[in-house]
Amino acid sequence: MNRTSVRVFLSRAAGGYMFLATMLALMLLLVIASGLFVKAYPILKQSSLWSLLTGAVWAPIRGFFGFLPFISGTLWVTGIAIVLALPVSLLTGIYLSEYAPSSVRKIAFSALDILSGIPPVVYGAWGVLVVVPFIAEWVAPYFVEYSSGYSVLSAGIVLGIMIIPLLVSLFGEVFSTVPKEIRDSALSLGATSWQTTKKVVLKSSLPGIFAATVLAISRALGETIAVLMVCGNVVQIPASLLDAGYPLPALIANNYGEMASLPGYEAALMLAALILLGIVIVFNTLSRILLLRIGRKYALQP
Amino acid sequence: MIATSLSSVLLREEVSAPLELLHAPNMDAATLKVRNLNVHIGEQSILRDVHVHIPSHKITCIIGPSGCGKSTLLKTFNRLLETQPGARITGELLLNGENIYREGVEVIDVRKRMGLLSQRPCPLPMSVYENIAFGCRLHGTRGRRKVMRKVVHYLQATGLWDEVRDRLHTPASRLSIGQQQRLCLARGLAVEPEIILADEATSALDPISSRIIEDLFLRLRQQYTIIMVTHTLSQAVRIADHVIFMYLGRVVEEGPASEVLHHPKHKLTQEYLSGSFS
Ligand SMILES: Nc1ncnc2c1ncn2[C@@H]1O[C@H](COP(=O)(O)OP(=O)(O)OP(=O)(O)O)[C@@H](O)[C@H]1O
Ligand SMILES: [Mg+2]
Repeated sequence: MNRTSVRVFLSRAAGGYMFLATMLALMLLLVIASGLFVKAYPILKQSSLWSLLTGAVWAPIRGFFGFLPFISGTLWVTGIAIVLALPVSLLTGIYLSEYAPSSVRKIAFSALDILSGIPPVVYGAWGVLVVVPFIAEWVAPYFVEYSSGYSVLSAGIVLGIMIIPLLVSLFGEVFSTVPKEIRDSALSLGATSWQTTKKVVLKSSLPGIFAATVLAISRALGETIAVLMVCGNVVQIPASLLDAGYPLPALIANNYGEMASLPGYEAALMLAALILLGIVIVFNTLSRILLLRIGRKYALQP
Repeated sequence: MIATSLSSVLLREEVSAPLELLHAPNMDAATLKVRNLNVHIGEQSILRDVHVHIPSHKITCIIGPSGCGKSTLLKTFNRLLETQPGARITGELLLNGENIYREGVEVIDVRKRMGLLSQRPCPLPMSVYENIAFGCRLHGTRGRRKVMRKVVHYLQATGLWDEVRDRLHTPASRLSIGQQQRLCLARGLAVEPEIILADEATSALDPISSRIIEDLFLRLRQQYTIIMVTHTLSQAVRIADHVIFMYLGRVVEEGPASEVLHHPKHKLTQEYLSGSFS
């Protein structure tokens, strides 16, 4: 073989290898999902998936497994967290990458790295010590007669604070990929920094901002310990911010030890995990589609 | 869609109209005096003791070997260099007698008055139309019709109109590099600055498109002061009224084109012009 054909061969082999590795990663997802499915099958056999997903009654002893309280708990907590975290993170990201002097920027980003390294249980403990009493004493009295403070709002706040460092670093990363030349050309036309940020930096970062948010939401959907510590863990469909909730990860973690004791209980918990996985997958797929739409609409990259 | 049909109407109106500037002719174009300008980036000294006098209603060409500081000089003119971390600028830059580095001068005004066309064309992440409309709107052109008029006008002026009339609303990043260069030129002109700072505005263009731009500059000279960096000596010979030769961050020779290009006094200039540069 001459040199060219060796190189072509190597290139093909590398391509094939990478393809295999990718397939393997995809297979992993399939393996996990099918494992969960097999374990959850007994309960799926008993009642239809639809009635399980929309059922509001959770009484394992009587054989009622309605997942709606848990699904809505997860959605509430994640929703609150992202609504709180997104504007703060976006403004912080913009400030750090567009306005802050580079010394501040460096310090802030290392601080954020430390923050995102703090174990969730520490955030949870802080939530119990600070957020829960704060909600109980300062917020709840204005709206309801009594609240213990353990609520989806507390969980959303703690979770939101947990994902802020992640979001800010991701946004910083996204903004830093916008070339200085593009900023310079807007500035050269006489745009102010804010106009440049708004019309040029944010606009060309839109897909990145979106992808970063999706990543943070996926992370938030699965967050267990910190949320479990402050959300109250009451099986109900939360009707307001101050109600307690019971998200899916908390359900699984809290009851993991006693799985075997009741018929159908183990299967139900496995189904809970499967539902969580399903939510993450559906959410990611939908956002992928939306992202393509955004990309096409603005045609940000050639 | 409305914009597209509007553009075809305007096209019919304007196709044979003579090319003139849309704003009122500014009979006293700006002059620029540079005194004792020094620029450092970090520890490195980029420009040293630059003194130049840019005459109004003239095309001033800045020539010199690569890396001698031509682009940096243009960026100090529109105060873009100060966005560069670590840049230190000292000295005076007098635009019509007023120091643009004085305390209290609004940077965005300076940038509007000194339209910089960067060396590498860099379209904004928007459509062809929006690229030009963006600058117009920044400076107070309101109304779809008025903006469209300007867009069409400047696209025609830079010879790009026929190539992009059907894709005004496609992303500007899809244009070829030469088209992008003309788009950036149109975009810069649409802001209607007082001084045009063109950094190798024709570097990616074929000879015919280059001539279109050169002719445009020759016409614009009646209303504007133009400063242009070029590596093409023949281009300098064709259009320059005034020439600045730079070498290693210093201005070596400055004067009327007839003198600097044809009878250079300085040895470095002679060597550069004769191509025997070491
Ligand atoms: N950000 C920077 N940091 C450090 N040095 C820089 C920076 N920008 C430019 N320089 C240096 O300043 C000098 C002048 O650069 P400039 O871009 O002005 O050259 P130029 O004359 O425009 O060259 P060319 O003809 O290649 O465009 C070069 O030596 C370059 O390395
Ligand atoms: Mg240059």
